[in-house]
Order: sequence, then structure tokens, then C-alpha cells
Amino acid sequence: MTNFTQFFRSTIGRKLLMGFTGLFLCSFLVVHFAGNLLLFRSDNGVAFNQYAEFMASNPAIRTMEIGLFLGLMVHIALGIRLWLANRRVRPEQYKVNAGSDTSSLASRVSFLSGSILFIFLVIHLRTFFVPSRFSSSEVSMYHLVQDAFASPLYSLFYLVALALLGYHLRHGFQSAFQTFGLRGKRYLPLIEMVGFIFWFLIPLGFAAMPLFFYFGLS
Amino acid sequence: MNLTLEVWRQENSTTPGGFVTYTVRDISPDASFLEMLDVLNDDLVRKGEEPVAFDHDCREGICGSCGIMIDGRAHGPQKGVATCELRMRCFNDGDRIVVEPFRAKPFPVIRDLIVDRTSFDRIIQSGGFVSVKTGGAPDANAIPIAKNAVDEAFDAATCIGCGACVAACKNGSASLFVAAKVSHLALLPQGQAERDTRVVSMVAKMDLEGFGSCSNTYACEAECPKEISVSNIARMNREYLRFNLITQK
Repeated sequence: MTNFTQFFRSTIGRKLLMGFTGLFLCSFLVVHFAGNLLLFRSDNGVAFNQYAEFMASNPAIRTMEIGLFLGLMVHIALGIRLWLANRRVRPEQYKVNAGSDTSSLASRVSFLSGSILFIFLVIHLRTFFVPSRFSSSEVSMYHLVQDAFASPLYSLFYLVALALLGYHLRHGFQSAFQTFGLRGKRYLPLIEMVGFIFWFLIPLGFAAMPLFFYFGLS
Repeated sequence: MNLTLEVWRQENSTTPGGFVTYTVRDISPDASFLEMLDVLNDDLVRKGEEPVAFDHDCREGICGSCGIMIDGRAHGPQKGVATCELRMRCFNDGDRIVVEPFRAKPFPVIRDLIVDRTSFDRIIQSGGFVSVKTGGAPDANAIPIAKNAVDEAFDAATCIGCGACVAACKNGSASLFVAAKVSHLALLPQGQAERDTRVVSMVAKMDLEGFGSCSNTYACEAECPKEISVSNIARMNREYLRFNLITQK
């Protein structure tokens, strides 16, 4: 009666994919964060550079990188698609819109927060990923980090972007479980607890990195 | 109470509409919002003007006919009531109130504040039913059903299909409505025969009618006059996934 393509063309199927790719990207955050903790070691970046070197050269990591990129693309493409489709549902807007009385702002602006995060991501990759992977210069990743976060503007931009990441995940993380049909009484406390790690603790931890370098604590 | 109303007036679905400002005087705080509109219409008729068209039937919150966007809130600012149950004491003397129809492409305006909600009927036709044997009336309570299933099914069944969920949703999603119907029947033994085909058909019809997708803002739950829980949407998704990923051969 129905097949997989039909399933993924339905609104629920698309949202499922949206939530699945979102959580997949969240899992990357954990890895990224755990590795970056090496930045805080007072060894002048030796351990962090080794880790960066390993991530850049290990074939398994490189393969997963492709998966990560695809996941991100699907998440973005579906996000745009759903946003455009949803906009078409209400061609004539309300004169008075009292959305704030009935729903959280984070849940209503996830397309906007996601769009800004995309801009952040492009700049972030341009600063760290592209030079280390595609240029022949021998500057270590640790030095790239040191240089980048010496700039107050760049560091501030990171803090804003990380706050937005937290805001995006504030809604996104628990929302994925609602889409999977798991957000019931039984799992809700667990979802909220793990969600707190993702929307608050991890972005906070990441935010410590530009601050750490900007204030010269390294 | 004296009030200023900004009311959406629209001749029919094809002509463009606009807001017209009216004042109503000496409204009792105990009047319902619809009774206030009755007073306005009485004034308009006396003046030889066309009364404001609005949907209503039972006026006791159980039929789902009335549904107006009042100051940006579906069924107005009071929680858990339909427009007919909304009392004027929720407003202050001298207030300016914006009165709009529910807006969504699958709910085209018929006239003024009346919208065509037959898209909901078509969703119900696609799967919101159970097959029963005709013949002698069965004994009441002949089928044992767990208490919590009955409670949850009943809570879902209180949906009156007014469309406030669609009106309140920034995406114009009908998820809460469809989820309430799917949940209601999936929870009961009588609904098991069509359990899988029901959710698939109703979701497909919901998409086909042009409703948006759910982005879990939960505005629907906040505006639902029957306070139907979004946990029903989780159940609908579960039912949908169960069929598509597990049950289906």
C-alpha cells in the first residue's frame, strides 16, 4: 500500500529524517567537544595537534566525515523544504500574532537560528578545517586556534553562535523525540536531562574555548 | 462594557477582504463572545447593513462550529474554551479587539469569519471510522478495556474538530486534530481492525489537503478548547512509524 519513498515524502517521514539527522549531528558535537578538551591541556598544544592529525588522517574518521557532511546536507535541505512548504499554508497572515502566548520562541525560530548557524559553520570551517586540510602550510591546528581567538570580534562571534546553537538545540533535541513518538511520560525526564547536556552544557563548554584563548590562559 | 472591534469582512472566497472597525456598547461582562457579536449584528441589521457572518451551532462548546481568531488567539485569550464559551469579562471596558477568521490554505474563507473546514471531514472520511457488525445492539461494556486506555481514548475523543490547532499553528498543521482521531481509535479494541490503514490514510489525506508539518511548537495544545495533549501527536507518529518501519511487509 505504501512504500519507503512515500513514507519519506509524507510530512511525518520528512520530520523523522529531520530529527534523525539532527540527533546524528548532535552525536558529532560530543566527539568534537571531547577532542577539543585537549585544548585546555597546558602542553602548548602537543596533544591537541596529535588529535587533529589523527582526525585528519584516519581513514575511518574520513569516511565518517562524509556521512556527517551528508547528514548535514539532508538536515539543511529538508529544513528549507519544510520551511517553504509550511509558509505556503498561510498565504494571508494574521493581523495580530500572539505566538509568544502559546509556544516557546526557540520552537518558532529554529529555521532562523539554523540559518545563522549555517553561516557560522561556513566561517568556522573556513578558519580551521579548510587551511588544515587543503593548504600546504605547516601551521598547526593549535596555532590556528590561538590566532583565531586572539581577535575579540572573532571570539565574540563564536560566543553568539554558540548561544544560538544552544537555542537551536533547546527546541531541536527534545523535538526529535516527539517526532519519533517517544516523548511521553516515561521518557520525558530522561530526554530533558540529556537535552540539557546538549543545549546548555556542551555549548557552554565550547564557549569556554574562545574565552580561554582570548584571555591568554593557554 | 463598550468595545471597539476590528472585524475581518470578506464577501466570498474570491473577493479580497479587509478590516472594518465597529463599536459595541453596553455589553454585559457575562455575555459570551458570540452574544456580543449578536449585539453587533443586531445593530448592523437595524442600520440596514450586512451583518457579520460567523459560524456557530450548539453554543455550549461541544459542536466545534465556532472558531474565531481573537487578538491573535484561536478562541480568544481564555484557556480551554471555544469562542461560544468565551466570556466578555475576559476583556476590559474600552478594549480594542481584532477579530479574524482562522487562516490556513485548507480552510478557505467562505464569508467574513466563516471558513470552509470540510478538509477535516475528508480526513475523517479517509480513515476516522471503525467497522462494526450491524444487528442487535451489543451489551454495554461487553468488551473489557483497560482503564487508562479508556481515559486516554476519551481525552482524545473530546476533540470537536474546530480547527483551532490549525489556526494557532505557525505551519497550519493539522497534526493535533489527526492525532486525536488516530489516538482515540488506536487505543480501543474496536479500532484495531483498521489501525494501520487508518493512520496511513489519514496522514496521507492530511498532507494532500495541504496542511503544514508539525514542528512541535505545541501552540495547538495551548489553544485547543478541549486541551488535547500533544502526546497524541507522539502517538500518531509512533503509529505511523510502527506501520511503515515494522508492521508493513
